[in-house]
Amino acid sequence: MNAEIRAVKTAAEIGLADLFAAVRKDLPGGSSTEAIRSDAFDRFAAQGLPHSRVEAWKYTDLRRLVRDAKPLASRPDAAAKTAAGGAGAVFAGLDVRRLLIVDGAFVPELSDLAALEAGVAIRATVEALAAEEMVLPLGMAGTDPVAALNTALAGDGVVITVAAGAVVARPIHLVFVTTSAAPAAMFTRSRLELGNGASLTLIETHEGPDQSDYQVNAALQVDVGDKASLDHIKITSEGAAALHIATLEASIGARANYREFGFTTGGAVVRNQLFLRLAGEGSIASVHQASLLSGRQHADTTLTVDHAAAGSQSREVFKAVVDDEARAVFQGRITVQPGAQQTDARMMARALLLSDEAVANCKPELEIFADDVQCGHGTTTGALDDQLKFYLMARGIAEKEAEALLIEAFVGEVIDAVARDDLREALSSKMLDWLKGRE
Amino acid sequence: MTALLDIRGLKAEIDGRQILNGLDLTVNKGEIHAIMGPNGAGKSTLSYVLSGKPGYEITGGEVFFNGEDLLAMDPDERAAKGLFLAFQYPLEIPGVATLTFLRTALNAQRKKRGEEELSSPDVLKRVRDLAKQLSIDPEMLKRPLNVGFSGGEKKRNETLQMALLEPKLCVLDETDSGLDIDALRIVADGVNRLRAADRGMIVITHYQRLLDYIVPDVVHVLSAGRIVKTGGKELALELEATGYAQYQSEAA
Ligand SMILES: Nc1ncnc2c1ncn2[C@@H]1O[C@H](COP(=O)(O)OP(=O)(O)O)[C@@H](O)[C@H]1O
Ligand SMILES: [Mg+2]
Repeated sequence: MNAEIRAVKTAAEIGLADLFAAVRKDLPGGSSTEAIRSDAFDRFAAQGLPHSRVEAWKYTDLRRLVRDAKPLASRPDAAAKTAAGGAGAVFAGLDVRRLLIVDGAFVPELSDLAALEAGVAIRATVEALAAEEMVLPLGMAGTDPVAALNTALAGDGVVITVAAGAVVARPIHLVFVTTSAAPAAMFTRSRLELGNGASLTLIETHEGPDQSDYQVNAALQVDVGDKASLDHIKITSEGAAALHIATLEASIGARANYREFGFTTGGAVVRNQLFLRLAGEGSIASVHQASLLSGRQHADTTLTVDHAAAGSQSREVFKAVVDDEARAVFQGRITVQPGAQQTDARMMARALLLSDEAVANCKPELEIFADDVQCGHGTTTGALDDQLKFYLMARGIAEKEAEALLIEAFVGEVIDAVARDDLREALSSKMLDWLKGRE
Repeated sequence: MTALLDIRGLKAEIDGRQILNGLDLTVNKGEIHAIMGPNGAGKSTLSYVLSGKPGYEITGGEVFFNGEDLLAMDPDERAAKGLFLAFQYPLEIPGVATLTFLRTALNAQRKKRGEEELSSPDVLKRVRDLAKQLSIDPEMLKRPLNVGFSGGEKKRNETLQMALLEPKLCVLDETDSGLDIDALRIVADGVNRLRAADRGMIVITHYQRLLDYIVPDVVHVLSAGRIVKTGGKELALELEATGYAQYQSEAA
């Protein structure tokens, strides 16, 4: 028999099935949404939680890492809202439009919805679902079991539309914060529609308490119109025991410019999965990711960049700094479709291991179906250079400070990719905080 | 009077191979000592052992720096106490701007000595003045440390670091190698400006040429990990004429 034998369901899988059965009637959306959710859950249930024999999840075995299903977080009460007020502090003091998503629910009264720029509309995902808008269906990410689970259980989030031609100077900051001390699960779904020629900077930060082993499954779907320009910055600094799984799906139009930046420092288990399609001719995408990990953290960035149109360009740079017994995973796959001639794609993954027990798994792949392309990838993994460290110490710089300088230089290449000075400086100081924490 | 540097019977090995074989050397404040010797004699090894480079095993002897046990200190501590090594091969550090490096080093040393840290503008001013003296393009200070610098630029940058950090003992490891005559003059002038009654120097070189510009008080010949001959500055001229052959055979 060659049919795959499914292992016995895990406690977490059984728990998720029970959870879905219990809450499906109460989830936002009408009957067509409910049908989409059921379909999605069936897709999840058929595969179960992904494990190490699933290629895309090779290094992040959720059957092992997720022990149980948590109950859905309850909508934030007054105390939760008060607790959430100071979240997103990494960009405090900068002129950004803060939108708060507390325990998985969009909270308008904590959000800055005043003086929206012309062409910008912001709504809660529950509202869009109530109006039976097609918020949930996914494209490239649709076959992923965890993204399917998000579709099935998505509660709230934010739906942003930016009209064609609107140039939005003030960044929008989605502040995701978990306040609940009792471990809970949050499934958020957000969506950004950026019209032709529009431009925006969208920031996401994710944080929560260190004491609770809460679970976040967040998904964001982005549609970048032709000649539009998007900077997306995502900072994952969840609590020390948290599970954080984020799915990003983006479709990038002709001659559009998309810059993705990711920075991960927090969470016990983090998976950032990105599905990018360069759908229009001459589109440009860059992905810069940095993970700074310590303790027993596990952070996985898995990236698919699909060049589906001619003359598109992509650059992917992944850097991981891994201390103690932590593990960084990078899987990057660049595919070039048959019609996508003159594709220019380059991917680089580098890991810096700060301890003997630290691990990095880097797996870049190219899948090319066109003949006139320029594609390349490379990976390096190594320790801090002792010679360089000695040179710095011989000038009077203490060991930890010398290491910090070298680590800063290593990560700097990624942070330098953030175009705006104010955001870049905020990220630099976040990195420095992490380095100080090592001392 | 306590010697600035007092090396007694120093033995050191790397990867199980003995390189320094009972080396004695005393340097007093205000003195310039030249160390000459054939390639492979252990000159760089001596400079690395003095500055605390990891990987060397000290198998015998002692080193006192202003009366303190130098070998017990970490490299950064030695630097803060006033030991400076100008590297034979200065390293390139991508991503660390030269100026940031200089400021970090200077303030790290000051902090360790209990002195007040200097503000960025103060450091910048000092660095600019020194750069000018050493004909270093100020634009270079913004570039990552030594990355893409020519051999001569790297050596000038080492000299700039030395002048900025104002050490008590300067160890210059083949600072002349790879320099043309103009660059050599600039670097030598920079070193000579640092000559002071309370500062000592060890100038390691393979060729006599540098010593025309930096005139030593004492010249030593290092061979097979030991000082085998000591004399005045005329010893350098002698070596230039006879070469190192006699010392090599002596060592063998
Ligand atoms: N890592 C090492 N392992 C073994 N031998 C070494 C190592 N580094 C240097 N040596 C040897 O030590 C000797 C002295 O080297 P060095 O101090 O650089 O000489 P010099 O500077 O006088 O030319 C040489 O024979 C060299 O080959
Ligand atoms: Mg040498």
